[in-house]
Amino acid sequence: MSTLTVEQAINQALHEEMQRDANVLVMGEGVAKSRAALLQSFGAQRVRNTPLAEAVISGTAVGAAASGLRPVVDLLFAPFLTYAMDALVNSAGKLRYLSGGQHEFPLVTLSMTGAGWCVGAQHNHNLEAMFVHAPGLKVVMPSTPADFKGLIKTAIRDSNPVLVFTDLGLLYTSGEVPEDVEFLVPLGKAAVPRAGTDVTLVSYAKTVNVCLEAAKQLELHGISAEVIDLRSLKPLDEEAVLRSVRKTGRLVIVQEASGLCGLAAEIAALAVTRGFEALRAPVVRLTGPDAPAAASWMLEQAAVPTAPAVVHAVQQMLADAVSAISSQALEPA
Amino acid sequence: MTNSTDFTPDGRRTLLRGLDTMMLIRAYEERLALMQQSGAPGTCTSVGQEACAVGVVDALDSRDRIITNHRSAAHLIARGADPGRLMAEVLGRVDGYCGGRSGSLHISARELGVVLTSTIVGGGLSLAPGVALAQRMGQGEEGGVVVVFFGDGAACEGILHESLNLAVKWQLPLLFVCENNQWQAYVHRLETMADDAIYRWACGHGLDTQRIDGNDVDAVRKAASQAVAAIRGDGQPRFLELVTYRQRGHLEPDDLAYVDHTEREHWLKRDPIKLMGQRLKTEGVLQDRDLRAIQEQVRGRLDTAQTFAEASAWPDPQQLTQNVYA
Repeated sequence: MSTLTVEQAINQALHEEMQRDANVLVMGEGVAKSRAALLQSFGAQRVRNTPLAEAVISGTAVGAAASGLRPVVDLLFAPFLTYAMDALVNSAGKLRYLSGGQHEFPLVTLSMTGAGWCVGAQHNHNLEAMFVHAPGLKVVMPSTPADFKGLIKTAIRDSNPVLVFTDLGLLYTSGEVPEDVEFLVPLGKAAVPRAGTDVTLVSYAKTVNVCLEAAKQLELHGISAEVIDLRSLKPLDEEAVLRSVRKTGRLVIVQEASGLCGLAAEIAALAVTRGFEALRAPVVRLTGPDAPAAASWMLEQAAVPTAPAVVHAVQQMLADAVSAISSQALEPA
Repeated sequence: MTNSTDFTPDGRRTLLRGLDTMMLIRAYEERLALMQQSGAPGTCTSVGQEACAVGVVDALDSRDRIITNHRSAAHLIARGADPGRLMAEVLGRVDGYCGGRSGSLHISARELGVVLTSTIVGGGLSLAPGVALAQRMGQGEEGGVVVVFFGDGAACEGILHESLNLAVKWQLPLLFVCENNQWQAYVHRLETMADDAIYRWACGHGLDTQRIDGNDVDAVRKAASQAVAAIRGDGQPRFLELVTYRQRGHLEPDDLAYVDHTEREHWLKRDPIKLMGQRLKTEGVLQDRDLRAIQEQVRGRLDTAQTFAEASAWPDPQQLTQNVYA
């Protein structure tokens, strides 16, 4: 084990996979500078600065992936992916299916999003659900340096397009990372960083830490919260969520992205359609607002669910349950 | 270019083969338009543009890769695609090149080197540099060239410039072929383009460009052969603008109500098959009865193709979500 930041873990994953497989290359705006160590190790053929042209960068990655290479494209900020939508959604996501399975698209995109840098909505937009909605793509959004390393390595080895979103607020947080070059985290497997019995808190990316903090505070009130870190948004580890909900009977979903048609809505639907018999309270969602992210620190932070908000939601949920039981007892037979 | 047409025995064989292929493409697309009247899905034909496909594809060999678009039948047939399997694909049947998943709009056939067909106008232009980059980085066979076919409509997408710029800057073995067929769906290009010539847009990116009569199959073949040889030699991209005309509508059926018929008449007189047929007759290579014989033979091939396609099974709905992921 070594202690690395998320940024270092990403570079380590890229380095190890480029070392292992000569077909892996990294392209993007300024990657030769931002990932200078890769340039030094692997040269300008495999570490390519590109023009500021996301449509053709991503299209080039898709074309190269279908032709034997395994490109990793750094698109910098998630909102820039809207320029890359045609290549990713229409080509990478659809042309395997439409060709009757003739093509494979082993490519990875990297991009950053989330509150923390006061950059405003054109650099900070948690639009991961847009890509979860697109068939043929996989989407991951890890929360720890180890998961970043293990998931990016797995994504590079996967035969499908995988979009990796990095929460800006996590970039310089650090944690223990295995040094093993075969350390891989499977796609589609959630983690359970904290076990509990009274309520399930499901989240991903930075707000996993919000849930862990809330769980600590809830423990002081005698409430045992289980925290699930989805890590992969697609494929989604449905069984991990259902297993936990069947144990606790209560579900709170926390995400920074806006709520409408997002991951939290999907998880809520999952619990209701497949775990209804276990639910002891209505599912609660804590999400960002349906509003662009503001640059002002005060407003940017106000858009992110907080640990006190999670604690409050859980306490409310349990209080409602208690009052429901009391009122039931008071009703005449 | 007419003066330099090669009428040696070898040259004649090439010209006859070209005529034959153009007639097969024409008959295939007209047959589909006919089938459409009795319920087959509509297609985007390239009737009138056959010389572009046949001339360019004739300049390629098995190492080369093609990226095409929604008007792909000519490129595919010129590359040797079986009309029966193509028709089965259009009808959505299992024996189609893509198992019926594509329909007419995004047919690719890796076995023929026709890869990554996108029906998004300009989509192929975004993918082409990557295919060429892989070629340059040692994937594929030595000396292979990548050709991307697109129209004047796609040329109006910004991606043309991103793609040209990257191809030049990264020295990619890529031949851009713009089939300027005058029509961008239902809009004439002169309504939408500030400049009359697409090759001039390409010139601005500093690569060798040529504007060729796209209805003269011999001229297209020569220009494409020179361009492909040059790319094999120095690995740099090239650009061809082939000036041609889409004789049928954007999507079958189409009443052509929006078309300037004076312009269309002009182009019908310059029909690529008619032009080549006349030239071969003038040179004594062909007579009318030979043309009729080719037509008969082509009709027979299409009867067989149609029978095959219509007899092909529907895909199994149980396999609806097969091949979404690798």
